Amino acid sequence: MPKDTSIKKVLMIGSGPIVIGQAAEFDYAGTQACRSLKEEGIEVVLVNSNPATIMTDKDIADHVYIEPLTVPVLESIIEKERPDGLLATIGGQAGLNLGMELAESGFLEAHGCRLIGTTTETIFKAEDRQAFKETMEKIGEPVAASLVVNNVPDGLEFSHQIGYPVVLRPAYTLGGSGGGIAHNDEELEEILQNGLRLSRVGEVLVERCISGWKEIEYEVMRDGAGNVITVCNMENIDPVGVHTGDSIVVAPSQTLGDKEYQMLRTSAMNIITELGITGGCNCQFALKPDSFEYCVIEVNPRVSRSSALASKATGYPIAKVAAKIALGYTLDEIPNAITKKTYASFEPMLDYCVVKIPRLPFDKFISAKRTLTTQMKATGEVMAIANNFEAGLMKAIRSLEQHVDSLIVKDYEGKTDEDLMEMLHVVDDRRIYLIAECIRRGFSYETIHDLTMIDIWFIDKIAVLVEMENRLKREPLTKELLAEAKRLEFPDCVIARLMGKTEEEIKHFRYDHGITAAFKMVDTCAAEFDAATPYYYSVYGSENEVQETSGRKKVLVLGSGPIRIGQGIEFDFCSVHCTWAFEEEGYETIIVNNNPETVSTDFDIADKLYFEPLTPEDVESIVNLEHPDGAVVQFGGQTAIKLTESLMKMGVPILGTKAEDVDAAEDRELFDKILEECCIPRPAGHTVFTCEEAIKAANDLGYPVLVRPSYVLGGQGMQIAISDADITEFIGIINRIAQEHPILVDKYMMGKEIEVDAICDGEEILIPGIMEHIERAGIHSGDSISVYPARTISDKIKKVIEEYTRRLARALHVKGMINIQFIACGDEVYVIEVNPRSSRTVPYISKVTGIPIVRLAAKIICGHTIRELGYEPGLQPEADYIAIKMPVFSFEKLRGADIGLGPEMKSTGECLGIAKTFNEALYKAFLGAGINLPKSKKMIITVKDSDKPEIVDIARRFAAVGYEIYATRSTAKYLNEHGVEAIKVNKLEQPSPNLLDLILDHQNQIDLIIDTPSQGAVKSHDGFLIRRHAIETGVNVLTAIDTAEALVTSLENREEKLSLVDIAAISSRG
Amino acid sequence: MKAFLILEDGHVFEGTAIGADKEVISEIVFNTSMTGYLEVLTDPSYAGQAVVMTYPLIGNYGVCYEDMESRRAWPDGFIVRELSRIPSNFRSEGTIQDFLMEQGIPGIAGIDTRALTKILREKGTMNGCITRNENYDLEEIRKKLAAYSPRGVVKATTCSEKYVLPGSGYKVALMDYGAKDNIARSLNKRGCEVTVYPADTSAEVVLSSNPDGIMLSNGPGDPQENTEIIAEIKKLYASEVPIFAICLGHQLMALANGINTYKLKYGHRGGNHPVRDMETGRVYITSQNHGYVVDDHDLDPSIAVPAFVNVNDGTNEGLKYTGKNIFTVQYHPEACPGPLDSGYLFDRFLKMMEGGKKNA
Repeated sequence: MPKDTSIKKVLMIGSGPIVIGQAAEFDYAGTQACRSLKEEGIEVVLVNSNPATIMTDKDIADHVYIEPLTVPVLESIIEKERPDGLLATIGGQAGLNLGMELAESGFLEAHGCRLIGTTTETIFKAEDRQAFKETMEKIGEPVAASLVVNNVPDGLEFSHQIGYPVVLRPAYTLGGSGGGIAHNDEELEEILQNGLRLSRVGEVLVERCISGWKEIEYEVMRDGAGNVITVCNMENIDPVGVHTGDSIVVAPSQTLGDKEYQMLRTSAMNIITELGITGGCNCQFALKPDSFEYCVIEVNPRVSRSSALASKATGYPIAKVAAKIALGYTLDEIPNAITKKTYASFEPMLDYCVVKIPRLPFDKFISAKRTLTTQMKATGEVMAIANNFEAGLMKAIRSLEQHVDSLIVKDYEGKTDEDLMEMLHVVDDRRIYLIAECIRRGFSYETIHDLTMIDIWFIDKIAVLVEMENRLKREPLTKELLAEAKRLEFPDCVIARLMGKTEEEIKHFRYDHGITAAFKMVDTCAAEFDAATPYYYSVYGSENEVQETSGRKKVLVLGSGPIRIGQGIEFDFCSVHCTWAFEEEGYETIIVNNNPETVSTDFDIADKLYFEPLTPEDVESIVNLEHPDGAVVQFGGQTAIKLTESLMKMGVPILGTKAEDVDAAEDRELFDKILEECCIPRPAGHTVFTCEEAIKAANDLGYPVLVRPSYVLGGQGMQIAISDADITEFIGIINRIAQEHPILVDKYMMGKEIEVDAICDGEEILIPGIMEHIERAGIHSGDSISVYPARTISDKIKKVIEEYTRRLARALHVKGMINIQFIACGDEVYVIEVNPRSSRTVPYISKVTGIPIVRLAAKIICGHTIRELGYEPGLQPEADYIAIKMPVFSFEKLRGADIGLGPEMKSTGECLGIAKTFNEALYKAFLGAGINLPKSKKMIITVKDSDKPEIVDIARRFAAVGYEIYATRSTAKYLNEHGVEAIKVNKLEQPSPNLLDLILDHQNQIDLIIDTPSQGAVKSHDGFLIRRHAIETGVNVLTAIDTAEALVTSLENREEKLSLVDIAAISSRG
Repeated sequence: MKAFLILEDGHVFEGTAIGADKEVISEIVFNTSMTGYLEVLTDPSYAGQAVVMTYPLIGNYGVCYEDMESRRAWPDGFIVRELSRIPSNFRSEGTIQDFLMEQGIPGIAGIDTRALTKILREKGTMNGCITRNENYDLEEIRKKLAAYSPRGVVKATTCSEKYVLPGSGYKVALMDYGAKDNIARSLNKRGCEVTVYPADTSAEVVLSSNPDGIMLSNGPGDPQENTEIIAEIKKLYASEVPIFAICLGHQLMALANGINTYKLKYGHRGGNHPVRDMETGRVYITSQNHGYVVDDHDLDPSIAVPAFVNVNDGTNEGLKYTGKNIFTVQYHPEACPGPLDSGYLFDRFLKMMEGGKKNA
């Protein structure tokens, strides 16, 4: 079927801020779909509230709106842009829900726009629990016994009928939010109540529990003519019961025979056909391990995290093909971009094995429950490709960057076999290591299988790795042993540790015996056809099939690995733009990365893609083959920076700012010297190694002090200490994490936090704009609301900041990017941190100033100057609108995590509010972050004593916009004394009705809580419980006084009709 | 123990010996299916060939005897990257290692199957030798390899006597040229009474049983070698009995009508080949296993027209015979291994027989 020529302009909805369950995979899919549409000459209008995405670049779409993803905003965009098609299946669940609302209300039809790709009817049939169940029954596809309920009594009754345990799945929520397994009435009531609240339609599915069955997924494509293919199937190593986003997943399935494989494949095809999906679809099945019985768990009629994984695992670009299908093409008309010989109507065949491991955030949320359930908790994932499962697992483990490079962890020392047996009952992120330990202790496969329900095939593979550990411990180093260990992808450092040798010795022995990595191609077709696409993975014991290319200069771009808190999608944005800029400069570009969700690992971004762990050894194998002329590390976050030293040892020049200058910025003493030379003040501080030294330093400086490890990301381990006891506790926590670097103790300064991203060509600097944080210092910059242009600081301070930036950039010989954080205290400006590399704010500031910072930085690295690139150096003129970056959190997904903000970063994503006025921008930013207030106009205030004076005015203003204020005893007293009416409520431990009753009360719903946690170790247990309960019941909670002030300002100035800013129309003013 | 795979072009792969201890010379072909190794091993069309599995992990779910596609395994050799050391499946009755031994099939594991596949793709299917003899004489073996060509494979694989799968529906005569069991099962499942005839059964014998339809099966080898069978098929063609043919059967029917066949460079073997049904335009993912193909250039439309075409390389995948109740396909609607998408062709055959009955 030829292209539908009536479609000329398409609106695409992105997925919004990165939250758990909806991450970078939608930027990948969206970017690919945009490019696919533009290839066809379609004018693309893009809306996404997330400024860190690549899809919101003006190079990607024709019109870009970084606006809150709400129905009224989309309606305004449609009225303004008049698209004739809306593609809603690319922006995750968020995009799909919006598309549905616009279609159902008749707005689309009234404006000459229609959903392209999958229709509303299809989406309804796939997404509505009851409709889905009926559709499945109609075509004879089994689903687990289930009932949709909208109240707790019905849920109880049905559960008694089918028997516990039951699974609860709220309709229309992200990443299974609010779902779970209930084993008794009590658990059912708790989970169900919560799920009903979180569901957009107040519905929860109560279902027969099939946990322990194999979980199998199929990615299916269907076109408008009814042609259907499956792209890939995947098997979750963790059986049903763990969200697939939190499972270790292998592609293709390993333990299914052809009969089971084809049975489920046929079922997936029947489902997509009956639902009438045109585009991509994900079908999840539960397969009973001891029969052919299966159940359809879920169908996602859109691109998803799994489809991103399937695309990367096979080389089949699902989003690209889905976009073409939406335009009317059939699968047999769309060429396979990898082979260029075959078509999209072709099922990829793998001749390798892919392993995905989720990246869970428990290193950041120490108090959070580590148990894995049907509610997703992972922030990101890594993927590894190998020709055996063991190797894939080993590569994926070291890609996680969690200080683990094998299955050996220390957690089980001192545990008895009984302890381990007990621990096997718990499903958490450490299970794979626990199983390895159980095998070491001689547990039988059956015992492990009975407790975990993990297929013995996988248990045996873990045993293969454990056996190799033992051989390495016992046997002498021989060529055969080493070759086998490398085939299983044991890294040299682990082999060395087990054999009692040095890593260098192992490496030399390996090189002497010709045991080196070979690279193979991902070609979609198991080598059946000649493929041209340079997408590679390494294996040992095979022939290398990758040719070293020569001719152009070659640059190695190191990616940023898995998405985690503190290192998000922003760094992928930077890596991709850097790659494009180097390409423009005539370089051959090579990307190394291991994150399947990202744009950077799409096979047509760089000239070559190596899908590999980002460790020195893995990178060295690539260097040995490619001999790059240089490497760029300043765009890939800490992951890339950490490789600097190793790259230099390999003889690869670091392009841009030199490694020693990067070091100088991180090394306290060197840095102090530079500041001194530049005459720049910084808060007083000391570098210490022990707890005693830290206490001495703190008393020297005077409390409060900031304590943090050097060389960290996202403020990990950073704390504000107000007493010796705090210091002791914090140092203890810091030392739990592998700590090779010293600890910094600084005077904590309460002031305005200012941030600058600048470019330096070695001589001159360019500052696109100065950003100012709403929250005062002490809250991690990634968790602060950031405002551009800075509004509250004087021109004089701006000049000082510009000057300091210039001095620092020059002193550090920066070539490329530099990020500096300042504190303005009165007229004084202090430098608190300098990072001679790309930062989290780079995509945001590039978009709102129209200055392509990464591109410019990359070109400067290639030898250009700021002036040559057409820019006037210095601080650029300010824009005539305000752009506010708002952090977004995923606390509701992490049971038990403390949501109080502090120096350690906790947000998972961000959104933007952009408008002509500060107030409108602020309102948009809150709206984009999902804080859509007011609703019931009831709020609770409970603040620590030091915040009481400031809260009065804020409370008065909330009251003025109509809020009824509840407060705990001392806060209520203080407010009432100062003329603000507040109703006193009992604290948690006091009798009902108390705070908790108020929070959980449906009738009398609270829509906002302001709770500022007391700093230091004397943490209020009460406060923690209040905040957790609020988050888990979907109530907005603010934990910083400045955020509360900002919110009330935005509510005071709320506009009914929001203005729109086309980002693509912003051009730099320089 | 070491084993070696020596190719006609002089390439040598060193790996680990698996299966039976014997040296074989055979035609080396690759299959890209990710599951279904037992079905591949028991598909008679592999007689005279040694199969390379491109998927690296083989044997994961063991051996389920009920999945066998014929009474025994046929390939001369089995070439894999890695055999799972334990099988895991609720139906598994044994390991692939034991199965190879029991079936007397030698093999080699631990070699770079992707590198091997690329050689076959680039240079075309060639002969090879699997041996455990470390002191092999390369030139000697290459001479033997150059001289080798599989012969008489249909005769080797067909059943020795006719047998019947009872059913109450249409009576189908299935000509066994090396048939996979699921062809008979697919018909039987649809109610047909299936009588399976040895390949050399004369048309007269078949027709005298008054079948409602005739099914020509898949099978191994070069179709042109089967001159006697082709002569019988000419008579079946003339009979007006509805005929459906698969794979070798499809090629033989073409040859019986003067349409030529030729050998593909490296064949189609796997479960992912897209085929377009020319009548509906729909594309189906098919199971394939063939080295030869019908030449549909300059096809005389008064004899037959292309009914199916391979989307990847445009080669013929099926013919519809003009003025006859005959259609033939190159691929495997009976699947096993592979996608079940083309099962509808059996229903089409049933419809044809229904039409045949009405007309009678």
